[in-house]
This record gives sequence, C-alpha cells and structure tokens, in this order.
Amino acid sequence: MAERTLRGQAVIAGIGETPYYKYGQSPDSEFKLALRAILAAAKDAGIDPKDIDGFASYSNDRNDPSRLAAALGTKELRFSNMQWGGGGGGVAAAVGNAAAAVTTGMANCVVAFRALAQGQFARFGRGTGAPLASGDDAFTIPYGVMSPAQKFVMKVVRFMHDHGVKQEALRAISLASYHHAQNNPRAVMHGRPLDEAKYDASRWIVEPFHLFDCCLENDGAAAVIIMPADRAKDLPHKPSYLLSAAGGSDHRCAAPIHNGPNYPSSHFATVAPNLYAMAKLGPKDIDVVQCYENFTGGVLMSLVEHGFCAPEEANDLLRLENLIAPTGKMPLNTSGGNLAECYMHGLELVNEAVRQIRGVSVNQASKNDAVIVIGGPMVTPVSSLILGSEATL
Amino acid sequence: MSYLPEGLPAPSAGADGLSTPYWEGTRREKLLIQFCRGCSHWQWGPEWICHRCNSFDLDWREVEGRGVIYSYQRIWHPVHPALNGHGPYIAALVELPAAGNVRMVGNLLGDPKQDVPIGGSVEAVFEHHDSAAPPFTLVHWRLI
Ligand SMILES: [Zn+2]
Repeated sequence: MAERTLRGQAVIAGIGETPYYKYGQSPDSEFKLALRAILAAAKDAGIDPKDIDGFASYSNDRNDPSRLAAALGTKELRFSNMQWGGGGGGVAAAVGNAAAAVTTGMANCVVAFRALAQGQFARFGRGTGAPLASGDDAFTIPYGVMSPAQKFVMKVVRFMHDHGVKQEALRAISLASYHHAQNNPRAVMHGRPLDEAKYDASRWIVEPFHLFDCCLENDGAAAVIIMPADRAKDLPHKPSYLLSAAGGSDHRCAAPIHNGPNYPSSHFATVAPNLYAMAKLGPKDIDVVQCYENFTGGVLMSLVEHGFCAPEEANDLLRLENLIAPTGKMPLNTSGGNLAECYMHGLELVNEAVRQIRGVSVNQASKNDAVIVIGGPMVTPVSSLILGSEATL
Repeated sequence: MSYLPEGLPAPSAGADGLSTPYWEGTRREKLLIQFCRGCSHWQWGPEWICHRCNSFDLDWREVEGRGVIYSYQRIWHPVHPALNGHGPYIAALVELPAAGNVRMVGNLLGDPKQDVPIGGSVEAVFEHHDSAAPPFTLVHWRLI
C-alpha cells in the first residue's frame, strides 16, 4: 500500500484578507467580508473565483458554503466541510481538510476561510446573559468561571508552577507580536507599540494574564486557496507546499469540569508528533513559527509541546531578542498575530506563513523554507500544520 | 452573605437530569460523586457511561469534603454584569484524594488577595442560596 500522507500533495496557491477592524467597526456584513476575502485569495492565486469547488472552515463559521457558492456563481460545488470545535482550534485542520480533498480527487480547488463580524453577533470575551447555567457550565459559571481566559488560565498557572516559568516569558511573547505589528500596516495595533513598562503596568485580566496577554476581538475575514501540487507550476507566486497537517487531542482531553488527565497542556501532546512524522521534519528544521495566541500562556505550552524547548528552558528561549525577525533564532508571530495584527481565529497566521515562504513578509525571516502554524491551544480538538518551500520536498 | 455577588447564573441540572443527584446532594450538604459499579472507580464530571469499563451502571456516592488545591486563578476583569466593581476573586481547582483525585471547581474563601498554595489542603463549604427560585447550594473551599 502506498504511504498515506499529505506531504507535498497540495499547495496554498493564494491568500487573501479584508482590512482588519476593531470589533463592531466593520462597515461590511460578515458575509460580505467572507466574499471579499475569498475573492482576494482567488485573485492572488490567479484563478477565476467561479472555479473554486470547495469550502472548508471551522469554529461554526456562519457563512454557509451553499450560500457562498450561489453568491459567487460557483460552477460546481464538490466539497463543503466544517471542522468541529471552537475558537481557532480548527484553523490548521481546515487547511488540512481542504488539502485532503484536493489530494484525493474529491475537489480541485478548495478555499479555507474564516469571517468574523462580532458587531453583528455576540462577542467571545463576555459572559453569559442567561439566568441559569446547566450541564457542565453549572459547575463553573456560578463560581465566576465563564470567559475563555477563565476557562484556560488554570492550565497555565499549574504549568508555570510545575516548571518555574516566569511572567517575563509571557511578556516576551506579547512584546514580539506588538514589535512585529509596528512594521505591518494591516495590523490593528500598527502604530501602538508596547514595551516592558507598559506591559507591566497594564491591568490584570486574570493572573498571570495582563491585558496584553489576551487576544484582540476583531472583525474581518481571511482565506487561502488550496490546490493540488501538480498545479504549482501554473501559479503566479512561489508555491507553499503543505508538508503536514494534524489535529485532535489526547486521552479524555475534554473530560468535564477540568478533569482532563493531562491538564497543564495546550493539548498538542499527541498532535505534534503526528505533525512532525508526516512532515518528516522536526522542530529544529522549522525556520519561522506562527503560534496562535488566544493567551500568551497557551503559546508557552504550544511551543513546548511542539518541541521548541523543554519546559525548563522556556525562560531562556522566550526572550524578545530570540523571537523577532530577522535576527531572532525563532521568529514568532511575524505579522503580529492574534495579539496585534488581527484576531481572525488564526487564519491570519496561515496567510503570514505563506508570506514567509514567498519571502514577502514585512518582517521577513532570513531562513524561510519551513514554517509552522500552530492553531488555537487549550481547546479540543486542536490542530497545526507545516508549510514548506519546494526545497523541502 | 455569598462569596460572589448575587445575580450570576444559577446552577441547573439541565433538561437531561444527568447531574440532578449532585445538586440535590449539595442542598443536604453532601458531596455526591459518580461511582461505577462495573469497575469500582470514581468518575467526575458526570457522564452517562463509565469511561473505564463503559458500564452504564453508575452510582452516586458521598465523598468527604476534603481536597488539595491543584490549580487556581485570581480573576480581576468582570465578564458578567453582576461582577462589575466587585474586585478580585479566586476560583480553585481542587483534587479529591478520597475519590481518585477527581477535580472540582469552586471559589476559595477568604482574602481574595491571599497567596494561594498549590498543594494546600482545603475543606468544602456549602453556600446555600435559599431564597433563589429554585433554591440551590454552591460548594466552595477553605484552606485548613
Ligand atoms: Zn467502570
């Protein structure tokens, strides 16, 4: 039997996004944002948007593939896919699902996308307005544990306690994103620099998360076009090959009321080995890291679980000088990421990974053959992917 | 006087009744946890099936309200209107050694700015909300 793999079978042919807005400030409806991002990605790929024959998304995206296909005049719809799970946990999986479809002949040209207009819909960072909390929520919400930060932070507290990770490590992750955003005109935090003093003086959301450890909430949309690798020679841009994608979570990760056995975790303990095995690469082969920041503590654990350092080495690795392009040894979130470019549930990280492979990022890394995108941590399922230049094949 | 201000969502066993025995137990100041008759293991949170042996024969048994702080959080930013202006509060994740180290979430009573010792011993404190409709009881923790 032939090796079962996605390695090198599909390319990200085009990337697109709308302008990014503070939440509630988009002049366009969410559906229109989705359309704009998809059209931009099709143009970048040099294709007729009517030739898109599949749609893949995640996090219960509200923009239904059938409506999109009708609106765009799609000639033939062949693939419509929703990755289960909330937040940005499914961002890499959505790209992987699209790649699986084009690799196996289920479709020829699939767009993976995410659109958010929180002005039209509920915000993520607010608690419930309901009078009752039922099911698993009954065991947390009446105790004031209800927002994403509050649901995840006890993992981080325990991880930092177990391994002696300092607040300065979280601060460096935040500073790196803000540093990179200052060169990125797309970034919502462009022109809003952050330094150590400003971080230290910022209010607590929930310890150890200061305000600047927490992602933004934004409106906008982003999209990537995935095509079979044999189309790479026709593309207007240098192709970004998908070397691997992996998703899931470890044993009983979602055991109710904070009872997952591997609790102080970003949930990549089993996912990352699968990712590297398919890519035939290891963490030392990765040139640039895009790592989803819902909260900096999740980045900390995601980096450890993807093998970029041992837990006890986190204080040494997570220093600003190591994390910034082009000079740092591990450039991290080179567009500004969820903290400072835009909270587009991580799809903005995929776009940035493609820019790094192409060599056109505003914070271009000096080495750019292999780029990892680690999706939203601490939810389940989680997912991550690795892109490579032709040289990695 | 309750630890957190009135007005937060009240716990409900929900339409399927899975956790009804737990919430009824708290009204009588008893901590009831699922116990599998098939394999004699504790299970928490509540589920319809035992994750070890896949038996549906789950009992509810009382466990002593003693635990160990596994993790915690000090929360400053209010995300519910009832908490506006309230100031910090602490939620703890507590392991119950007498029930296979299952974990429960509750508030840690006392000074909200206290140092919280991971590994510290705590005991359950039942906080009755008798005038709520319907009445309910929360389970908090206190260092011992
Ligand atoms: Zn059992």
